[in-house]
Amino acid sequence: MAHSAALSSEQYNYDIVKKFAITSIFWGILGMIAGVYIASELAWPFLNFDVAQITFGRLRPLHTSGVIFGFGGNALFATSYYVVQRTCQTRLAGGTFWPNFTFWGWNLSVLIAGLLYLQGYTQGREYAEPVWFIDLSITVVWVVYFLIFTVTLIKRNQPHIYVANWFYMSFILATALLHIFNNLAVPVSLTSATSYSLFSGAQDAMTQWWYGHNAVGFFLTAAFLGMMYYFVPKQAGRPVYSYRLSIIHFWALSFMYMWVGTHHLHWTAIPDWTSTLAATFSILLLMPSWGGMINGIMTLSGAWDKLRTDPIMMFMITALSFYGMSTFEGPMMSLKSVNALSHYTDWTVGHVHSGALGWVAMISIASFYHMIPRLWNTTLYSLQLVYTHFFLATIGTILYITALWVSGIGQGLMLRAFDEYGNLAYTFVETVAFMHGPLVARAVGGLFFLSGMLIMAYNIYMTITRAKQEENVSATAAAQA
Amino acid sequence: MFKHESIETNSGMLIVLTLVAISIGGLVEIVPLHYINETVEDVKDPATGFEVVRPYTPLEQRGRDLYIREGCYTCHSQMIRPFRDEDLRYGHYSLAAESKYDHPFQWGSKRTGPDLARVGGKYSNEWQVQHLTAPRSVVPESIMPNYPWLQATTLDTSDLQGRMIALKRVGVPYSQTKVEYEANVARFGEEVAKTLDINQAENNLMAQAQAGNYDGNPSNVSEMDALVAYLQVLGTMVDFKQFDEDHFIQFR
Repeated sequence: MAHSAALSSEQYNYDIVKKFAITSIFWGILGMIAGVYIASELAWPFLNFDVAQITFGRLRPLHTSGVIFGFGGNALFATSYYVVQRTCQTRLAGGTFWPNFTFWGWNLSVLIAGLLYLQGYTQGREYAEPVWFIDLSITVVWVVYFLIFTVTLIKRNQPHIYVANWFYMSFILATALLHIFNNLAVPVSLTSATSYSLFSGAQDAMTQWWYGHNAVGFFLTAAFLGMMYYFVPKQAGRPVYSYRLSIIHFWALSFMYMWVGTHHLHWTAIPDWTSTLAATFSILLLMPSWGGMINGIMTLSGAWDKLRTDPIMMFMITALSFYGMSTFEGPMMSLKSVNALSHYTDWTVGHVHSGALGWVAMISIASFYHMIPRLWNTTLYSLQLVYTHFFLATIGTILYITALWVSGIGQGLMLRAFDEYGNLAYTFVETVAFMHGPLVARAVGGLFFLSGMLIMAYNIYMTITRAKQEENVSATAAAQA
Repeated sequence: MFKHESIETNSGMLIVLTLVAISIGGLVEIVPLHYINETVEDVKDPATGFEVVRPYTPLEQRGRDLYIREGCYTCHSQMIRPFRDEDLRYGHYSLAAESKYDHPFQWGSKRTGPDLARVGGKYSNEWQVQHLTAPRSVVPESIMPNYPWLQATTLDTSDLQGRMIALKRVGVPYSQTKVEYEANVARFGEEVAKTLDINQAENNLMAQAQAGNYDGNPSNVSEMDALVAYLQVLGTMVDFKQFDEDHFIQFR
């Protein structure tokens, strides 16, 4: 066992996977600290401290970019480089230089973009805040990433391309498409960070939410499904439940997601037909989403006992359950009548986090717990700490989304309430006062999740330190022998 | 018979077919919006025939830049939906035409604070300045941050013309030549056309700041002047009293 693992670390480029994995955890903690802080600012506004750089409006993009592109992005680079090598049984293309180029290029881009937000340089487009020259550097990194991934696929030693790689490929292609078209802009000058978007008003809104929702659909869903299709069967020691279902899942998901972005624009000044079309496809999308969830969960058939004994498996199945829950909630919120209440409220924020914390973060965490010991050819320092992490993460997520259901649905109902004379029953600021309690609870939920991440960081740190000690010991032993 | 295996064993085919699958939705939903004229209404003054939605003046546009810089869109929407409660609270639902010169759009997705699409003229300049500097001094339950630096910082106008030229490149009808200026006169009327002249940008900005005296301090054009000038124009370009109540329904 140890022998074959030692061989695979020579056969494969594990160095780059290690870098991305560790950096991902680092970004996760940083992004979540920012998240807990801005959540606290909403509960206790004095925390803005009259310091421009840490006001909610500037810090919020740092949180979203930090967790999506920092934590999520690095996790996707790490796992896709790992999975594509393992399933193609070939070394990663591009030697050592090009994978390292994607590592430094990606992380410097996210870091510089984040620092610029604090200084007030932003495109003012949700989840596409990085300024124009960062967009260009991201594009270059992405093209290199695509080439590394594709060339690795081409030189595979397996006749078939494994299903996880379809999802990663779809994510790489869609992200490129979305990123390029949504960031079309004219800079003020070559030395100015400011640019103005090519489109305006209604067309700009359509482009942005086509991007915004598919950043969720492909960056935060398709790619993490790639993770799911590799790590869940591996951890369960069982093959994927249904091959046929995975084919349907893949094509239906890839095709349908691109239609649904406009449900972010219900009742706004865009033509009704786009909004109706988006709602229709959002409902349809429930089927591939749940197909994928069922495919993941049923992979455990014959190995259900692992849910009692294996905390990593608990993370995976909980992640899939949250995936199922949020992909049910999403189509429901895309109905125009529900959206009339939920839009503009915390319900949306809660929905995003049931996907982001419950699904995206948990499947990444599970994948790291599976992958990192294998990268360092060792075992986890403490399974007990994984249990602790699991419960902190689950309780945190539930607290978070429940608090925002209360806050969002409550505010939605208050804003549309009329008194007996037909006047508005509440002023806007009365809803703000109402939300204080739930917003405090939400910050506490976020804190739970963050403390789980810190425990993970400690556990991983100890795992790697121990692995290095063992390596030294065995190297010394080998030298003495 | 076609077998999925032929895709699974051919990475080129996988890439091409995936690209096809992910391209269709966007093509069907977005591309037509650039070609269907009704997407953005033509709103003209019934009396003069001039377009009533105009590009922002230099001062307003600089205010808009600050609105984006501070991330106001993370908590405020600028898009009123056609519901009775929103009509009572904010006013007439937003028209696509009202954000036709918004690069980028700032419709927002979250109302931690109220919608701002028609905040223009709703409060006095003094109130806006006080509220932006210390929100809880006028609205005790507010959770908005204080923005004291707006009043204290002189507005940077060094690249004003550069900004307007960039906006012109993406389609905003600011004028640089005599011909473009005349076209704007025909389109918006002379008074508006003057404010859209890039060659006069600095003068126009100073003149509006002096005349408006938004921040209460006439000796200096501060960031507060620009932001308040922007807030005060939001939602004021279309005078809905000029139109029949159901005039805009045909565009929905």
